[in-house]
Amino acid sequence: MNRRHILAIAVSAALLVPGCTGTGGTSKGADAKAPDDPSKVTGTIKVLTQRTDLVTDGTMKKYAAEFNKTYPKVKVEFEALTNYETEVKIRMNTENYGDVLLIPAVIKKDDYPRFFASLGTEAERSKKYLFTDYTTVDGKVYGQSPIGVIPGFLYNKRVWQEAGVTDWPATPAEFLTDLKAIKSRTDAVPYYTNFAAQWPLSQWTQVNGSVSCDPQASTKLAESDPWAEGADLRVGDKLLYDTVHEGLIEKDPTTTNWEESKPRLAKGELATQWLGTWAIVQFQDAARQAGTSPDDIGFMPFPSKVDGKFCAVMAPDYNQAVNVHSKNKPAARAWIDWFTDKSGYDKDNLAISPLKDAPLPEVLKPYEDEGVKLIELDDSAGAKVKQIDNQSEVGIYAPEYRQNLVDLARGAKKGSLDDFFADLSKRWTQTQQTLGS
Amino acid sequence: MTDTTQKATVKAAPGAAPAAPVPAPAPRRTRVWRGVTPWLFLIAPLALLITFTYAPIANMLAYSFTDWDGVSPELHYTGVENYTEIFTREDLFRVFFVSGYYLAASAVQIVAALYFATILSFNLRFRNFFKGVLFFPYLINGVAIGFVFLYFFQDGGTLDSVLSLFGVHTDHAWLGTPVSANTSLAGVSIWRYLGLNFVLFLGAIQSIPGELYEAAELDGANRWHQFRYIIAPGIKPVLTLTVILSISGSLSAFEIPYIMTGGATGTETFVIQTLNLAFRFNKTGLASAAAVVLLLIILLVTWVQRRLVPDDKVDLA
Repeated sequence: MNRRHILAIAVSAALLVPGCTGTGGTSKGADAKAPDDPSKVTGTIKVLTQRTDLVTDGTMKKYAAEFNKTYPKVKVEFEALTNYETEVKIRMNTENYGDVLLIPAVIKKDDYPRFFASLGTEAERSKKYLFTDYTTVDGKVYGQSPIGVIPGFLYNKRVWQEAGVTDWPATPAEFLTDLKAIKSRTDAVPYYTNFAAQWPLSQWTQVNGSVSCDPQASTKLAESDPWAEGADLRVGDKLLYDTVHEGLIEKDPTTTNWEESKPRLAKGELATQWLGTWAIVQFQDAARQAGTSPDDIGFMPFPSKVDGKFCAVMAPDYNQAVNVHSKNKPAARAWIDWFTDKSGYDKDNLAISPLKDAPLPEVLKPYEDEGVKLIELDDSAGAKVKQIDNQSEVGIYAPEYRQNLVDLARGAKKGSLDDFFADLSKRWTQTQQTLGS
Repeated sequence: MTDTTQKATVKAAPGAAPAAPVPAPAPRRTRVWRGVTPWLFLIAPLALLITFTYAPIANMLAYSFTDWDGVSPELHYTGVENYTEIFTREDLFRVFFVSGYYLAASAVQIVAALYFATILSFNLRFRNFFKGVLFFPYLINGVAIGFVFLYFFQDGGTLDSVLSLFGVHTDHAWLGTPVSANTSLAGVSIWRYLGLNFVLFLGAIQSIPGELYEAAELDGANRWHQFRYIIAPGIKPVLTLTVILSISGSLSAFEIPYIMTGGATGTETFVIQTLNLAFRFNKTGLASAAAVVLLLIILLVTWVQRRLVPDDKVDLA
C-alpha cells in the first residue's frame, strides 16, 4: 500500500461516511385502504415473491389474469427472488421494494409501520382472518398470510403398514419403537434428516406448541428456558437426538439431497421426514412422476397427546404486505385481499385457508377423523423471541444448532446431550436477563 | 465483506527508466496538459476503484462502529464495542483452527505446483496437454466445483466407486467427522487452485533465458542443480507472491466449505461465520468489525512476510 492508496481511502471515507446509513424512509403510518369500486382501481403493481417455480411456469400469470376479471385496470407484474430473505433485505434499504411483498423475518416488528402500510385494525380483521396477531403493531395489522401451514411428519403409508404400524405413535418412545420396526422389517430408511439442505432441520423448531398444546408456547419461549426438562423444544430435540443416536437415519447425513428425497419417500426408500403440510403437494407430485401412488404420502402430528388428543399448531406462511412507499396502495391492497380470499392459492397448495370459517383441506381428513386439536399460537411475544434468538446467537430458526445436535448424536462431535442443552439454556436465559434489565 | 477471490497479479519487473536527455522547457500550456493528461486517462479506473472498492470498505468501517442490523432505519454508534466483543469471545476466534487445514493444503499445493511447473518447463511429450489438464480446474466456477465434489464424496459416490475398482471398500463418510471433512475440503481446494499456482510458476520459469540452462549443462549440472541454482532463485518473487496469496486464501477460505457443508461438522471458517453473523443473526455491525479484523490480519501477515523475505530484484546474469 503506497501513499496514493492511503489518500484515496481518506478521501472516499471523508466523502462517504456521512451518507452511508441505511435509511428506509420516514413516512410512518400510512394506510392501504381497500378500494370501494373494483372497476375504478388503476395502476401497475409489482408483486415480490419467493415462489420462483410459480413465476417460471406461468401459474402466477394465471392468478393475475383471474384477478383482472374483477380489477380490469390494474396491471400486475411479478418478480421472483431466488434468495428471498437476503435479497429483499438489501432492497429494503431503498424505497423500491415492490408494491406487494412478503414480510421478511429480519424486519423487527416495531419497524413494520416504517416499511409497510396498514391493512386495518386487529379488532376488525381478526373477525375474518387467522394469524392477524403475527403482524400486529399497536393494534394495527400490517400483513396477511394467504395460507396457513401445520408442521408434521410426512410418511410413506405403505412402508409404515409393512412394518406393522397402523396407529400414529402417541409418545416419542412409541415413535422410536415404530422407526425401529421399520428398520428391521423393511428396506426403507426409517427417518431422513435432510441434514445437508439445512433448512429441513430448522423446521424442528415448529414442534413448539405441538408438544404441550399450549397457545402461549411463544410467550413461554420468551419468558422461560426452552431446554428445561419437559419444555417443547427439548422434547423435540431429544426425539431427533434419539432417532439419530439409535441409527434410524440415512447412512451419511452430510451428503443428503432434498430434491431426491421427494421421489425416494414416494417410492418407499425413505419412510419419514419432519416437514409440514406445505410439502404434501410437492411429494404427491414426486410420487406421480415416479409412477407410484400419491395416496401413499401420509401426514401425522408430533407424537404427543394432551388430554388424549393430538395437537397441531396452525401457523402463517410468509405474510403479504403493502410497501409504505407504494404509489398504488389501493391496487396493492386489492391484490392482497383478492389473493387471500378468492384466488384459490390455498386450495392449489392443499393448505389451510386463512379465512376463519373455511373448511379444512382434504389432505387433513385423517386429522379430523382422529380428532386432532388445532390451535393457533399467540404471537405477541414473537418479536421478543426473535430478539433473544439473534442476540444469543442460538439461532432456533437457523440450522446450525440442530446440525450440531445431529453431529453429537451420531458421534461426529464429542460431548453429552445434557451439556449441549445446558449450554443452549445458559446462552438463552442469560440473554433474557440482559434484555430484561 | 472481504473480497474472497484471489487476485493474481504478476508484478512487472520494475525496469530502471533510462535517464532521458533533458528536453528544452515546453510552453506553459503544453506543460499543464502534460500534467493533466494522465489524470484524464485515470478518471474511469479511479472512479470504478473508488465506487466499488474503497467506498464499500469505508462504509464497512463505518458500520463496524455501530449496532446496525442490516435493514432497520435506526442505528446507534457503539464505539469499539464490536471490536471488544470479537477479541474477548474465544468462540469467534476458534474458527481460525480450520484455516490450519487450508494452510497445510496450500503448502502441499505450492510444492506440487512447483514440481509440475519445473517438469513441464523441460521438453516433454504432450506438455501442452498436461498444462491444460492442470490448469483446467481453475477455470471452473467455484460453486460448480462444490456441487461436483458433493457427489464425489457422497456415500457410494465417485470416490467410493473408484476406490472399489482397486479393491478398497471403505465405509468411510468422507464429510462425516471434522478431521475427515476438513481434509476432504482442503483436498478440493488443492485441486482447484493448483492450476493457478502452476501457471504462475511456469510463466516465471519460462522467462528465464534458455542459454543459462545450456551453459549449466556444459558445466555438467544435472536437473536438480538446474532447479536449485537457476530456477529457484529465478522465480523467487512469484514464489513470495504465491505464499502471500495462499495464506490470505487459507484465512478467508469460503466458497468450497460454504457450498459443500455450509460450515457444518466443524468446517466453519471465519468468512462463513462472518456471513452468518451478518445475515443469520442480523448483527451487521459485528460482522463488519469481523471483516475489518480479517482484513487487518491479512495485511499484518503480508507485512511480516515482506519483512522476512524482502522483495529484492532478481539478477541471474
